[in-house]
Amino acid sequence: MSRVYEVMFIVRPDAAEEDVDKLIAGFSDNVTKGGGVVKTVEKMGKRKLAYMVRKFNDGNYILLTIEANGAVVLELERRLRVTEPVIKFITVRIDEEEKRLAKVKALRGVRRSATPTAAPARAAEPVLEAEEAAEAI
Amino acid sequence: MSEEIEANAPETSAPEAPQAASGPGPAHARPGGRPGGRPPGGGPGGRGKFFRRKKVCKFCTEKIDAIPYRDVRLLQGFVAERGKIVPRRLTGVCTTHQRRLTRAIKQARNIALLPFATRH
Repeated sequence: MSRVYEVMFIVRPDAAEEDVDKLIAGFSDNVTKGGGVVKTVEKMGKRKLAYMVRKFNDGNYILLTIEANGAVVLELERRLRVTEPVIKFITVRIDEEEKRLAKVKALRGVRRSATPTAAPARAAEPVLEAEEAAEAI
Repeated sequence: MSEEIEANAPETSAPEAPQAASGPGPAHARPGGRPGGRPPGGGPGGRGKFFRRKKVCKFCTEKIDAIPYRDVRLLQGFVAERGKIVPRRLTGVCTTHQRRLTRAIKQARNIALLPFATRH
């Protein structure tokens, strides 16, 4: 039962590029060793922070999408808390959300294909019935 | 004369009203079921005589289901100048989407994409 998580963390801006890459590699290894799968790694680049975090005004944002169970994520979060260059992180669980989105999309697909054929047929029938009833009376 | 007319009018309308109400009444009890429709009492401070023009939920019309916390530009449209979340009666968002929006804004605040509070 693997769950899908999205982990976004901010690395301090004065960390070198290779250090950042090393960090990401380290975290990815951690996940794969725990039996998880790293789906995507996205470096969102340097951004201005909305407020000061540990006396920094901007930071390097990184987004990881992970498929793993809870224990792996717990370990990853512990590491994120401990590593010095990481100043903030957030983990969001997204598998339920994706399930819901898929369901809605499927429903929309069914509705789209059903209505064009069903609507005219249904609209025609009651009209005919009404006319027949009127004539009978 | 006018009094009689006035007296007649309510009488004729009164017996009709309960009949009319019993039929489609329960069905149309509250037009506020659809997103954007609101009873007139929900106007500015509850005192507006006029029906404020029906604001529709932006997410319902554009069929946006998921509101990601990463989409700062989208979220900024629902955050006031000082960083506070704008209430639903001003933006016209429907309840489900407002709840999701609030969650996304709070997540974005936590990851420093949106401020908690701004001050001049």
